[in-house]
Amino acid sequence: MIEKLQTLWPEITLFIAACAVMIVGLSGTRSIRALCTPICGLALLIATFLSLGGLGGVDITVTGPLPVLASYGKAMVGVIGVILLLLIPGVVDREFDAAPGGPGEAPQPPRAFEAIRSNTAEFHAFFLFSLMGLMLCAGADDLIWLFLALELTSLPTYVMVTISTARNRSLEAGVKYFFLGALGAAIFLYGFALIYGGTGSTNLEAVHASIVAQADAGGINSITMAGFVMAIIGLCFKIAAVPMHFYTPDVYQGAAAPVAAFLAFVPKSAGFFAIMLLTATLGWSFGASGTELPGPVHSALYIIAVLTMTVGNVLAILQNSIKRILAYSSIAHSGYMLVGIIAGPGGGGGADSTLSRNGLSAVWFYLVCYGVMNVGAFAVVASLERRRADGTHDEIDSVADLRGLCASRPLLGWTMVISAAGLLGLPPLLGFFGKLPLFTSGVGAGHYLLVIILGINSAIAAYYYLRLAAAPLLESRDPAESVGGEIVESPYRLRTAAGLISAVGVVALALGLGGPLGSAATSVGQSGFAPSYVGRRAADRSPAVIPAAAHTVDDEPRDVEPAADGSVDGATIESDGGPPDARFDHAR
Amino acid sequence: MNLALLIAIPLVFAFAVALSRPAQARLLATIGTLLPVALYIVQALGFPWLRGETDFYNTDAIDLFPSLGVRLSLNADTVSMLLIGLTVLLGPICVIGSYTAVQDRLKTYYGWLLVLQAAMTGVFAARDAVLFFVFFEFTLVPMYILISLYGSTNRKAAATKFFLYTFTGSVIMLAGLAYIAWVSATRTGEWSFDLTTLTVASSEYLSNREQAWVFGALMLGFAVKVPLFPLHTWLPLAHTEAPTAGSVILAGVLLKLGTYGMYKFVLPMCPEAALAYAPLVAVVSIIGILYAGLICWVQTDVKKLVAYSSVSHLGFCVLGLFSMTSIGLTGSLLYMINHGLSTGALFLLIGMMYERYHTRSMKELGGLAARMPVWATFMVFFVMSSVGLPGLNGFVSELYCLLGTFQAGDEWAHHPTRAGLGGPLGPWFAAVAAVGMIVGAMYLLYMVGKVVWGPLVEPHGHGAHAHGHRHSAGAPASAPSDAHAHLPADLTPREIGILLPLAALCIFLGVYPRPVLKALEGPTQQMVESLHMHTRGSLQTPWPVGAPPPPRPAHTAPAATDPHDVPANQHPADEPPAAPASGGAGAGSAQEAGH
Repeated sequence: MIEKLQTLWPEITLFIAACAVMIVGLSGTRSIRALCTPICGLALLIATFLSLGGLGGVDITVTGPLPVLASYGKAMVGVIGVILLLLIPGVVDREFDAAPGGPGEAPQPPRAFEAIRSNTAEFHAFFLFSLMGLMLCAGADDLIWLFLALELTSLPTYVMVTISTARNRSLEAGVKYFFLGALGAAIFLYGFALIYGGTGSTNLEAVHASIVAQADAGGINSITMAGFVMAIIGLCFKIAAVPMHFYTPDVYQGAAAPVAAFLAFVPKSAGFFAIMLLTATLGWSFGASGTELPGPVHSALYIIAVLTMTVGNVLAILQNSIKRILAYSSIAHSGYMLVGIIAGPGGGGGADSTLSRNGLSAVWFYLVCYGVMNVGAFAVVASLERRRADGTHDEIDSVADLRGLCASRPLLGWTMVISAAGLLGLPPLLGFFGKLPLFTSGVGAGHYLLVIILGINSAIAAYYYLRLAAAPLLESRDPAESVGGEIVESPYRLRTAAGLISAVGVVALALGLGGPLGSAATSVGQSGFAPSYVGRRAADRSPAVIPAAAHTVDDEPRDVEPAADGSVDGATIESDGGPPDARFDHAR
Repeated sequence: MNLALLIAIPLVFAFAVALSRPAQARLLATIGTLLPVALYIVQALGFPWLRGETDFYNTDAIDLFPSLGVRLSLNADTVSMLLIGLTVLLGPICVIGSYTAVQDRLKTYYGWLLVLQAAMTGVFAARDAVLFFVFFEFTLVPMYILISLYGSTNRKAAATKFFLYTFTGSVIMLAGLAYIAWVSATRTGEWSFDLTTLTVASSEYLSNREQAWVFGALMLGFAVKVPLFPLHTWLPLAHTEAPTAGSVILAGVLLKLGTYGMYKFVLPMCPEAALAYAPLVAVVSIIGILYAGLICWVQTDVKKLVAYSSVSHLGFCVLGLFSMTSIGLTGSLLYMINHGLSTGALFLLIGMMYERYHTRSMKELGGLAARMPVWATFMVFFVMSSVGLPGLNGFVSELYCLLGTFQAGDEWAHHPTRAGLGGPLGPWFAAVAAVGMIVGAMYLLYMVGKVVWGPLVEPHGHGAHAHGHRHSAGAPASAPSDAHAHLPADLTPREIGILLPLAALCIFLGVYPRPVLKALEGPTQQMVESLHMHTRGSLQTPWPVGAPPPPRPAHTAPAATDPHDVPANQHPADEPPAAPASGGAGAGSAQEAGH
């Protein structure tokens, strides 16, 4: 119990901070209320520091399907959480701030503070709770824990969507999000229950042991399998993947841009952490080549991935609203990441242990990249407001509103250009280096068709990302268009700062500073299961088709020529590259 | 290090342009492109042109993304050095050529032109597949911006089509490269995208079927760029809409990225598949040569005509590459340079004409020799060079390409695997392709006859206008306000100045191509030998994992055995796998034996 608690210091920090902002946010003094943001930021930074093991380095004594995910997953949440936090000021309680007058506009006197009408405290606390849930997901080792963590991630977001603007569409979005979210939760909870029924345990390690035993005894029983498939379909809601994606554009559009940015990253990461843990529990030692997930799960993920990429990208082409484009593209990016899940961590040992081959590492890496790039795009939307004639403000919505931004507001304009080009996967920006391991891991696992579909989808995505990049850079604003009101910069300059941090990250992480991130990703994908589990079934198979040599399975026998000792090259790989099931040697 | 400078200088100046005032952009861009020329000349003087394929600058590669095996490594061999030369030369010509043509958003224009210059140099210098891909893709961005900001009426659609076509092709190419990298990683235990490693892995470890797939993926990426016949539709559109400098760079260098990729990636990485599919590629190229030639014939837009002629001409280039003979490869590489020079110049000339008349339609223009004798002289000269008039550069390369195609049958006649594969090209291919030369002469001469000779036809109301503004030849053409009105009827010294170096090179390469041919001899022969070596795949022995990649067999290695005596599938099984090089070297010298 005590050991378990020790791994939870980051979450505990966030919890304490959340309690603190609940009190501070209710203060009648504006300057004290304004402390909410620094408190949250400090808590997130401390949590990041603690999740990396404090001064002692990453602690790897944790067991479970993906032991290092607990550390780096939480650290990633902390860091990107800070950038997301910069977008938060001004989302709620604007009427109590003195600031809303933009440049050239006389500041309106703030309304008298009414604690009952204020949302600052709740909003910041929910923000932290949600991130806390996401951190708990990363460290989950039990199905019950996982379920509670997922719900802790999601429940605050329903409220955040609803209170993010005073308009009815936020209310609508919140209700829609809540009901569909409850449906998704019900489905994956049902799946978890079936897994428990099929394996007799909720502990992921025990579930894994049971699955290995079942597989050795002739096959995984259908209840377990149905449980995993249902769990994954339910989690599709969190990651906004195809059968459960319908809410995404409406909710993103209805929520304020900072909250939409939050939705695009936090629940998606929670869903991917959960899927990574579940699939790692199953293991990639099934299928004809012994390197796939069990048949039904593999097929389900394959179909979901293809549909998600394609639907997301094709529908994004048809949109005119920036937030809807980003919403559909968020769907598409989930599809890309599923390729890494399908590819799995490789056979183990040698070349397989790097980011290039390990699909799970690639997924984590892509989550970080996506998080960084996506915040930039949403930050630009959040930083621009349309000021109506009656003095009210509204977010910009249409792509046309971005026209000429590079000329009028270079920082915001270039942030948008770089974010869009990064999301498009244009080399040499971060999105390209994020996609590269998805490519290589997919190819390494032998899913060529999937990789081609991924490639073609990246090209389809180029169409709408080019629109997002071209509007600020290449088009000029027609003065006659500003019918709905003049477009001004938001008074909350932290949002611009968030965009800038993101843009700098997209460039700097790609050009030289991404090395540590890559190493972290490499270790995230390593399995923590005892050697007797992982890869055992693969090792049982004939040496010619062990994972590392899987690509020669259906080739002409040209390469496989008996050497002097009678072994084929596949067997040599096994002996030279270390046993494929060698436990990951954690480097500190 | 000097190669890095060639890339860095334009980039630094691009940033300088971005930070400067618009009035200085032109000057900064000129310096930023002229400096690399000077640097290049210094380097070229010290470059071992005759030493052959070996990369010259042993710069230490920097790890860019260690966990992905991506390294920042630059190097140059004879071929890349020549193409870098072409890129560097066209840089200042494009900048100076745009002095009057571009009048607004100068910073954006010159800034991106410089970025484009850096990216193109990078493509030819990159020795890491991912780095190559990064540069290859990044050329799209400046080009997209140049077309969509400075193009003519339909520019948005043209730019988008250009971007999407190339992007789609290259993403699939990346999948092919990833596959090779994965095979290489399983063999060596280390992820690397180093070109040499990939070439070894691909040519030695891939089975025929794998090679065929990888070949398809790589070819798709490069064929879009070249462009080969069914994938060429983006090119005329992009050319027609692009500003003059854009067209010059597009035709001069960007299309060469495709053929360079075929030379550097497709042939060495998939030799078996290249031999098997050579006839297919050749047929597609020949269709392109003839079909695009016939389209040219019915064009009325001069620029579109030259754009389609690029499709036709690059067909010869691809044909030469896939002849897989030393002569064909030499011709093809030379063709890349020559096409860059003469077509680049033609686009410049058309741009100069357009600046004066604001039309490119052959219906509205005619007999311009009477109005612009200097322009007409250059026009006829470069058309002749493009047609392939003996004595000018086009002739040598076209002849070599066809000759190589013709001889391909002899070169590969004794090849043991020939029966099972598609087989080499031969006289028939050359004969049909040669018709393309005639077609080429027809449409280009027809265009010259219409536009340059014949009765003077000018757009309605233009004649008086031009006369009214006729200046002395020395008048500064860069007056900021309405420069078009101040352009003299004939070329200015500035315009002549940028055409002269191109013309001089055309004459030099036509009259005395020997130095370049000599320099290309080494690399192409080495390439052909390596192709011969690696199309005997059944002689390969698998390597144990962990062993270093086998040394590239030197082509001077003595022949261990006559490979014709060893049937392909009866390689002695007791030969230790650690000595694969001897089999390879034996196979390599077989080509000499076969001659």
